[in-house]
Amino acid sequence: MCNVSFEDWTGDGAPPRDNGELVFEEPWHARAFAMAVALVEKLDLPWSDFQSRLIAGIADDPDREYYESWAAALEQLVVDHGLATADAITAATPTERAPL
Amino acid sequence: MTEHDHDHDHGHDHGHAHHPAPLAPIEARVAAIEAVLREANVIDPEAVDSVIEMFEHTMGPMNGAKVVARAWVDPEYRERLLADGTPAIAELGFGGPEGDHMVVVANTPEVHNLVVCTLCSCYPWPVLGLPPKWYKAPAYRSRAVREPRALLAEMGSPLPDDVEVRVWDSSAEVRYLVLPERPPNTADLSEEELAALVTRDAMIGVQRVL
Repeated sequence: MCNVSFEDWTGDGAPPRDNGELVFEEPWHARAFAMAVALVEKLDLPWSDFQSRLIAGIADDPDREYYESWAAALEQLVVDHGLATADAITAATPTERAPL
Repeated sequence: MTEHDHDHDHGHDHGHAHHPAPLAPIEARVAAIEAVLREANVIDPEAVDSVIEMFEHTMGPMNGAKVVARAWVDPEYRERLLADGTPAIAELGFGGPEGDHMVVVANTPEVHNLVVCTLCSCYPWPVLGLPPKWYKAPAYRSRAVREPRALLAEMGSPLPDDVEVRVWDSSAEVRYLVLPERPPNTADLSEEELAALVTRDAMIGVQRVL
């Protein structure tokens, strides 16, 4: 089960670059990634619950940008677990970027 | 409220150069998902921030490098690591999501190991952090299985014909880490100095020689 608390993850600090690459290229990649991890943790789901949706999404559209597939899998997880409807997400969609 | 509610001072330079790039539909959608989850009190922004923080600062190949260096200097640790990766890695303090079922595979003079996830991007987060971009690309995911030798040669590690290549396909259940061979002439190095030699690519298996 993927229910180890974040406090258990230890290690030395390092800048948010990995072999010269940014860990996340865009802020929204980071938000989408972290929401899936936080949601699975919060709902105490097996990681495969998210991952099976990611795998299916990538298989359906192999050339789609990776984090777009990730975000689509996240939305499906949210909808399938009854946390929100697709319409509610559409209604909440901003037209401009929130200030940082 | 509209943007025209702002108390603009039309007397000075508007500074349109400061306006950020337009909001992409997918970026807006992700923001909407976060907004509805926050509204429903499912997850708050701080929880999301702390996950990002973790992956930007705590998880990465420097952790896996310590595991490898320990295995090089401590034969009993190496034995535990190869027998059951997860608890041996936890001995050094690394664990958590995507590191629950770790299998460590050792390179030898006769065998080279290569890790891939053919279906998505499974990767041992606690010891390697997040995967590099090429690991998630369709080309790597298919070629690692179909023609690993050609792929390795292109990535700078041609394999001698008498070295067997074993390809390990990660899954939701199992994550692999390659234990590279200790480089020659490193008997004088400390464990810490050894760890500094270990690269991410060697632990994925796209680099054979350190």
